[in-house]
Amino acid sequence: MAAVSAMAANVEVSGLAVVGQQAGGADVPILREIGFAIARGEVLALIGESGSGKTTVGLALLGYARRGCRITAGRVKVGATDVLSLPAGALAALRGRRVSYVAQSAAAAFNPAHRIIDQVIEPARIHGLLGRAAAEAKARQLFRALSLPDPDGVGARYPHQVSGGQLQRLMAAMALINDPELVILDEPTTALDVTTQIDVLRAFKKVVREFGTTALYVSHDLSVVAQIADRVAVMRHGRILECGPMADVLAAPADAYTASLLAAAHPQPRAASAGAAEAPPPVLEVAGLSAGYGRREGGAALVPVLHEIGFSIAHGSIFGVVGESGCGKSTLAQVLAGLLPASAGTVRLNGAPLPRRVSERSRAELRAVQIVFQMADVALNPARTVGAILARPLAFYHGMGGAARRRRVAELLDMVRLSPELAARYPGALSGGQKQRVNLARALAAEPALILCDEVTSALDTVVGAAILDLLATLRRSLGVAMMFISHDINTVRSLCDQVMILYAGRAVEIGPGRLGPGEAAHPYTRLLLDSVPELRTGWLDHIDHAEAEMAAGGFHLADAALPCPFFRRCPVRIAGTCDVIPPPLRPCGGGRQVACHHALVPLRAEG
Amino acid sequence: MSESAAPVGNVRRFPLLGMVMGVIVLACLAVALVGPWIAPYRPGQIVGSQIFGAMTASHPLGTDALGRDMLSRILVGARYTIGVALPATLGASLAGTTLGLLAASQGGAADAVLSRAMDVLITFPSLIFSMVVVSAFGSSVPILILAAAVIYAPGCYRIMRSIAVDIEATDFVRVARARGERNAAIMFGEILPNMIAPVLTDFGLRFVFIVLLLSSLSFLGLGIQPPLADWGGLVRENIEGLSVGAPAVIAPAAAIAVLTVAVNLLIDNLPRGWRR
Repeated sequence: MAAVSAMAANVEVSGLAVVGQQAGGADVPILREIGFAIARGEVLALIGESGSGKTTVGLALLGYARRGCRITAGRVKVGATDVLSLPAGALAALRGRRVSYVAQSAAAAFNPAHRIIDQVIEPARIHGLLGRAAAEAKARQLFRALSLPDPDGVGARYPHQVSGGQLQRLMAAMALINDPELVILDEPTTALDVTTQIDVLRAFKKVVREFGTTALYVSHDLSVVAQIADRVAVMRHGRILECGPMADVLAAPADAYTASLLAAAHPQPRAASAGAAEAPPPVLEVAGLSAGYGRREGGAALVPVLHEIGFSIAHGSIFGVVGESGCGKSTLAQVLAGLLPASAGTVRLNGAPLPRRVSERSRAELRAVQIVFQMADVALNPARTVGAILARPLAFYHGMGGAARRRRVAELLDMVRLSPELAARYPGALSGGQKQRVNLARALAAEPALILCDEVTSALDTVVGAAILDLLATLRRSLGVAMMFISHDINTVRSLCDQVMILYAGRAVEIGPGRLGPGEAAHPYTRLLLDSVPELRTGWLDHIDHAEAEMAAGGFHLADAALPCPFFRRCPVRIAGTCDVIPPPLRPCGGGRQVACHHALVPLRAEG
Repeated sequence: MSESAAPVGNVRRFPLLGMVMGVIVLACLAVALVGPWIAPYRPGQIVGSQIFGAMTASHPLGTDALGRDMLSRILVGARYTIGVALPATLGASLAGTTLGLLAASQGGAADAVLSRAMDVLITFPSLIFSMVVVSAFGSSVPILILAAAVIYAPGCYRIMRSIAVDIEATDFVRVARARGERNAAIMFGEILPNMIAPVLTDFGLRFVFIVLLLSSLSFLGLGIQPPLADWGGLVRENIEGLSVGAPAVIAPAAAIAVLTVAVNLLIDNLPRGWRR
């Protein structure tokens, strides 16, 4: 770090400390002794799990501490200015002009009542730097640099009229309009789908290079920052553990925690050994399942989401469902749980038809299918103790009470590797990982045959999520319970699941074994998903096929579901005159894999 | 793994302000129970020739427009103010909350019918509605309780339904539905425990409204009938004393203020663990 400081450091932070005030009035340190420097034109990544204090660092560079927090010590220098000693007026002049901020949720950062262009040029107008016409011209130039489609027309739209990935880029344009000396990017791609994330990342990288921007890139995802940052600082518990050039840290992490982050980024194979015995009978068989929201005459859904889905889940196996947001994967879980009645199709549980609605299912049928939701904290009743939450299904399904129930609650907590003392706590006093374990324990309390896991690790930090995945694999082995594992993360799913179904616009485009051998057939969309997951090495982003990426960008529209092949618009190997006329059927193509594609075989990464 | 739990304050500690207010509310309840036995004079007894008398040792709160002892009238009046307002507020809160929960958890037709029915009720101006009820059925304590409860239930329903609708959409309620829970279990087991704080706060506000409604009715002569009087009625009887600064009009008004403020401050300062 000394070497960097000697260079023309644009930003220098030293001895930064921030404390937060607890309800009782006591101060809790949030940041301790934070120090780093960013050279002009350099991108520094700040990596850490949630609660590590990385966003607090980003905000402190603006001379800002969130409500209840105070900056108690340290220095933040941007150029020659000591930010922390500035009076309020001078701070306002600094923010948005010399230091700007890009937040995680662009959708929440834009005012839905104003046109995009007015909001993008607002920083220039507030600081009185540019006239309206000049500012708009500058904005359009930035839109072009950020590869936004229709750079001249997009400004006239309202925020809800553009996609999430575009909004994130528009927010970057807003941050860059005054040519700031420092841009703070706070998890700008975290909320995006993988295929969109690549798009946005590529655009960010392009402007950073073009404009020589100095940036602090805050993220929890090492693979993402590896593509854009020159150096990386790893944070935990409010301290910087190590700081160094990106490639060096990836190759040889100095700190044990960094090493564990690197390890967690490579999914470990957790699937049961393939083809061990003859296939066990299916616990769940789904055929021709369609569902959606609203109801038309005749029973069809007003807004169809799922179209003629068919698959089966073997006893004690893990079945993965992968797709981008909006593809219908959560809808599928709700349909199977009986919360949303299907509009067509059949579901059979252990060979017997399963009624569509919760209210029509017998208690045994209800018990057999349990659901675990993504947001661990809202899935637990905050007004009930963990013990009471776990006791309810025991009483409801098994009529258990008294000491037997208390014993079983302790057993369940033990099963998910939690201390039995947690039974007395309220969910608010648990961490995210602990809450998700309690959710799992509640599902296990029913002694189900099938657990529907809806993005159960998506809201968790990498390391915590990896521990939950290990737990799922262990539970499956020890209890023999089948699971449906829904996720947007194809690598996680492939590492965990025996069978994987790929959903696109509500249709199953591929069903097959989790692990794909090299050269094995796969749907072009599967390939796109696999290619979109950032690899944990620098320079990966520069080596992906740009022509294909351009085509695949933008995500799907609801209208795609009506096309014969829903992926047609984005498909790099589409056959005009065939794929847009004849719907490709789901058909076997070897290795137990079914693919809905007119190409008999689409080899996976044929070109290596 | 970052498994550190969020810090929690002491949820059982009773804030000092809450305790003080609790003592005041308890004192008011006690007076309502035993008022006639601790009153130095009978409430209707004319104790002297002086009207709107000042505070003296024998009449600590002075005398009223007819020369009756004010302290005794307030001690006895407490049972009418509290005895009508408390059950009426309980009734309004209970009905509003239960129906609000029912509408939110059932949705569909039940929600539509209940909500529109409440809309109809809420269109009647409260004072006019109670005047009609009282003139039709006569003024008696049960009629007053019922009228006040019916008038204030729709407001409670509106608030509770909107809160319950939000809670109804959360994942833990969906988990309970997927488990196959009956609607009543979802209403009272899952949703209600998460709205205790708004239910209590609403109770406090509605209690104030009902005390004020009863005072207005008494002021119009439709409330508790003379020679008995609730606190609002005492203000009305002695309103002419205002120009001479008589304690007879100040004291019952102050009693109303103390009771309503104490109830609300008590609710706002309950231990956090009670109103999570």
